[in-house]
Amino acid sequence: MNKERKIFLIVAAVLIVGSFLITTHMENRFYYKAAYVVLQYVVLATAWNILGGYTGYVNFGTAAFFAMGAYTAVALIKTWKPPLYVLLVTGGLVSGLLGLGIGYLTLRLRGVFFSIATLALAVVLQMIVSNWDYVGGGAGTAVLKPRSVPMFSNYDEFLFFVMAALAVVSVAIAWLIEKSWIGRGMAAIRDNEEAAECMGVPILKLKLFATTVSGALMGIAGAPFSYFVVYIEPTSAFHLDYAVNSLAMPMIGGTTTWLGPLVGAVLVGTAQQIATVTLSSEMNLLIVGSLLVGFVVFAPDGLVGLFGKVRARFAGKEA
Amino acid sequence: MLSFEFILNALVAGLLLGGFYAALSAGLSLSFGLLDVVNIAHPAFILFGSYLTFYVNEHFGVDPIIAGLVFAVPAYFVGVAVYRIYYNSFEKTGAESLRGLVFFFGLFFLIEVILIITFGVDYRLVRAFYIGKSTSIGPVGIAFRLFVPFLVGGILATVLYLFLTKTFFGRAIMGVAQDSLAVQLMGVDPIRIKTVAFGIGIATAVIAGSLLIIIGPVEPTIGREYIGRVFAVTVLGGLGSMTGTLVGALILGVAESFTSSFFGPSWALAVSFGILLICLAVRPSGLFGR
Repeated sequence: MNKERKIFLIVAAVLIVGSFLITTHMENRFYYKAAYVVLQYVVLATAWNILGGYTGYVNFGTAAFFAMGAYTAVALIKTWKPPLYVLLVTGGLVSGLLGLGIGYLTLRLRGVFFSIATLALAVVLQMIVSNWDYVGGGAGTAVLKPRSVPMFSNYDEFLFFVMAALAVVSVAIAWLIEKSWIGRGMAAIRDNEEAAECMGVPILKLKLFATTVSGALMGIAGAPFSYFVVYIEPTSAFHLDYAVNSLAMPMIGGTTTWLGPLVGAVLVGTAQQIATVTLSSEMNLLIVGSLLVGFVVFAPDGLVGLFGKVRARFAGKEA
Repeated sequence: MLSFEFILNALVAGLLLGGFYAALSAGLSLSFGLLDVVNIAHPAFILFGSYLTFYVNEHFGVDPIIAGLVFAVPAYFVGVAVYRIYYNSFEKTGAESLRGLVFFFGLFFLIEVILIITFGVDYRLVRAFYIGKSTSIGPVGIAFRLFVPFLVGGILATVLYLFLTKTFFGRAIMGVAQDSLAVQLMGVDPIRIKTVAFGIGIATAVIAGSLLIIIGPVEPTIGREYIGRVFAVTVLGGLGSMTGTLVGALILGVAESFTSSFFGPSWALAVSFGILLICLAVRPSGLFGR
């Protein structure tokens, strides 16, 4: 266990340093933009999976948490333009609180009702933001990104680095949760909530923990969004794509481990970037939708599960 | 501003809207309310019906209602196919709560994307002789584009109600909802019953789609807004009660009509989700719950 943790920490550190080194060597800005989007989906998919995959509560409202982080940042930028880490922290705090609120809903709402409530949250929040003129209302607003940042040659490279670090951190959080008693408690809730409660699992605490962490991570992922897109408006920040992607990626990768959302987000996210350039953005959504439906029907355990099955079969032949 | 006529008009408009919502929710009340199939893609099928109606209306001048009724037949078989997949992949293995939900959400998204690719994101509308006309009874104005869907919606809910309570097959559906095992012991295959019921649910969704496009222009992404509405109506009315669905739909229609009259149409959407949340918190079994 301890050795595993050491290896994981070393890999995480290497990845963060590595992504910094990339920014000193690579010039093409398109790759940074594309990589940023993929990494953002690593965070979102991992965050979704903490609640959806581990605890078994399907969240259709990823866009609500994501956009909450993004719009908290916009409101702050409009008032006193704080440094990025302040945006990340406050974005995470606000969406985390929102997650906590949603967590209390799980007391009464289970299954499909919880999912519809999260979808409702996204729709209602979008409506409120669309009527909030300070952050641009329905028409949106332009956000000026800082001209320069120390150690990086431009702001896009900096944002890429930040998102890479966030992706590593969120995967590490998911990993820590999964390997601890918290993760086992969540799995018990997923399998049978009543039985878990009877066995003494603190189900309310764990559910609140899951919704809060999941929401906070989504909010942190959304905080730099306005700097990334430069012009932010509610339709794009609350787009259904976020909900579908952050749910499809773990489903395609596999929901029960930290590896699943990571694999799903990297593969599907990269494929989407390629499809958007070579085909069209609608076709890329069609591909995601078909993959999602195809995987839930034919490969319920995702790619990680498929890989495990294949390996088991080969091992069986050898024996 | 706050005259009696104003309130009366809002009330009548709300009741008319409610009849239309009954048509939207009837199919869901059947599949979700009675059979516990969480068909979140229901609004997507409604929208699909709207676009089929739009297509034949635009190219052949077919009346939208007739188009909806005709397309209901193939829609039934689509519903049967969807339920077969759902049953074999999820229900049989007891995985419907998480993956079944995701399956329908994926289906919802797929239909939306297919509609965007085929028809584009522009608003589409249909032509019929009654759209755009209106009549008035005393001080109350009645637009035919609202009255026709109200009428068809009311008929649809009534027919479904009679079907469920008076025919053998309808009673079998109610039987499956109450005790699936007992139905099985009586020599009826509950899966076959559920398949037929789900097919009927999708068929009514397509009819409701033709009503949706009569009421106003549609674009592919408005299905999302209707998820809240149809689920609010089914839950408010009480799962599995057709009378409840009708009453719930009328309540939602009136509530939305008053909200948009007094606070502006952009807040009307919050009403359905508000009703849904309050209802789930206070009385989850709904008004006419089983």
